[in-house]
Amino acid sequence: MDGVTVQDSAAIPTREAGAVMSDPVSHDQKAAIDGPRRAEVRELSFFYGDKQALQRVSIPIADHKVTALIGPSGCGKTTLLRCFNRMHDLYPGNRYEGAIRLYPEDVNIVSRDIDPMFVRLRIGMVFQKPNPFPKSVFDNVASGLWVRGVRQKSIVSERVEWALQRAALWDEVKDRLHESAYGLSGGQQQRLCIARALAPDPEMLLLDEPTSALDPIATARIEELVMELAPMVTIVIVTHNMQQAARVSDYTAFMYLGEIIEFGPTTTMFTAPSNPRTQDYITGRFG
Amino acid sequence: MTHEHTAKAFDVDLQELNKSVAEMGGLAEKALADSVDALVRLDHGLAAQVIAVDKTIDALQRDIEERAVLTIARRQPMAIDLREVIAAFRIASDLERVGDLAKNIARRVPELNGEFRPQKLFRGVEHMAALVLAQLKLVLDSYAARDLGKALAVWKGDKEVDAMCTSLFRELLTYMMEDPRNITFCIHLMFCAKNIERMGDHATNLAETVYYVIEGRPIAEERPKGDTTKLAVGG
Repeated sequence: MDGVTVQDSAAIPTREAGAVMSDPVSHDQKAAIDGPRRAEVRELSFFYGDKQALQRVSIPIADHKVTALIGPSGCGKTTLLRCFNRMHDLYPGNRYEGAIRLYPEDVNIVSRDIDPMFVRLRIGMVFQKPNPFPKSVFDNVASGLWVRGVRQKSIVSERVEWALQRAALWDEVKDRLHESAYGLSGGQQQRLCIARALAPDPEMLLLDEPTSALDPIATARIEELVMELAPMVTIVIVTHNMQQAARVSDYTAFMYLGEIIEFGPTTTMFTAPSNPRTQDYITGRFG
Repeated sequence: MTHEHTAKAFDVDLQELNKSVAEMGGLAEKALADSVDALVRLDHGLAAQVIAVDKTIDALQRDIEERAVLTIARRQPMAIDLREVIAAFRIASDLERVGDLAKNIARRVPELNGEFRPQKLFRGVEHMAALVLAQLKLVLDSYAARDLGKALAVWKGDKEVDAMCTSLFRELLTYMMEDPRNITFCIHLMFCAKNIERMGDHATNLAETVYYVIEGRPIAEERPKGDTTKLAVGG
């Protein structure tokens, strides 16, 4: 879940003013992206108990851009995505090695010294199936604010409207804010989940196959939304839909067996990938 | 192509597209050779055949385009597959133009029926046509075998065709200046030569397309140019 599992009542963390890390620091992926990076995965390995699911993965995450993670089932893309907001900490026996540096502070967000709550306050997540709470539309979006200790009604209302506007849902729900979220269509519920994740103004948004349970129109709306949001929030999206990755992302990482096989600008990845395994996968020749 | 697609029907679609392109290439090559033969030997029957075959070439182009569009709609091809489909589109369009140009030469055959038929000029046209035909053959081979070396050889070879065209133009000009009664013949032959030179340009286009299929990017350099007919005509 996004920040709503957070138990403490810290105020909404504000975004740091000023530029994020702009000089390339990665050793493998130097010059792989243009412009500043919001985060950087460095030599990250992840273990579910004894089973290693990520093998020294390194990729940069460009600031205010969309990065897509693609690859066959079991390749580790969702595992990698979940590292970003420390979802794995919810289960015992899981272990991280390496780092995900978050800029501009340049902190390792998978380090044991960093409170997962700190991470989840800044990095929101949306799942494959829409999972609104059994509450009203308003309460769903407000939840993330309440657990962060925002109580003042006027501020909460303002933020709820702001988040719903950003999630392109406001016009459809403004007259039914206090009705159950379950009354919304699947696509609306997913946009509600996006609004809920956006309400605390996170710096990064993680989307785990956000449209796989939606029809083509609802999918198109979400894709449109992803592109609209990118200038405001850095997005990492896991998708099985190659065309979707090609449409919405700026950078794409192809993963296989827990490794990054290829990372590069999306336009290149889908027209002329350099690794034959990437080519086999995206052209439907895998296995 | 590397491995087979998980969806076998996709492989079949691409193979069929390739087959049609190869068939069209064969017809275009033949149209070029026949049109020049008809011109040199004043063979009206052969000229009529070239005109008739153009309809088949046009139909093949429509068919390739239609199937390429369907493949895009059905399979949303990516990477090499996408380039293959785009290439089929482009190649079909270039070959269709080659067919048109051959037809245009064939149509001029009856106009060159007069007494004034200097063999020297025909040798020039024949020579040029042989060169373009070799280019067209080589580039179609390079497409069939996905051979980058051959494609680049064609791309670089167009300069020679252009130079021959320019020299033929100069020669035709002298004949026209010599006797105004030669002008009709010379103009027709000039158009034929220009048509052949354009077919050479289409062979160069094809080479660029083959390069794109293999490399995934366009040729970065500027196209080599040897055509100075504008200058020749402009005096």
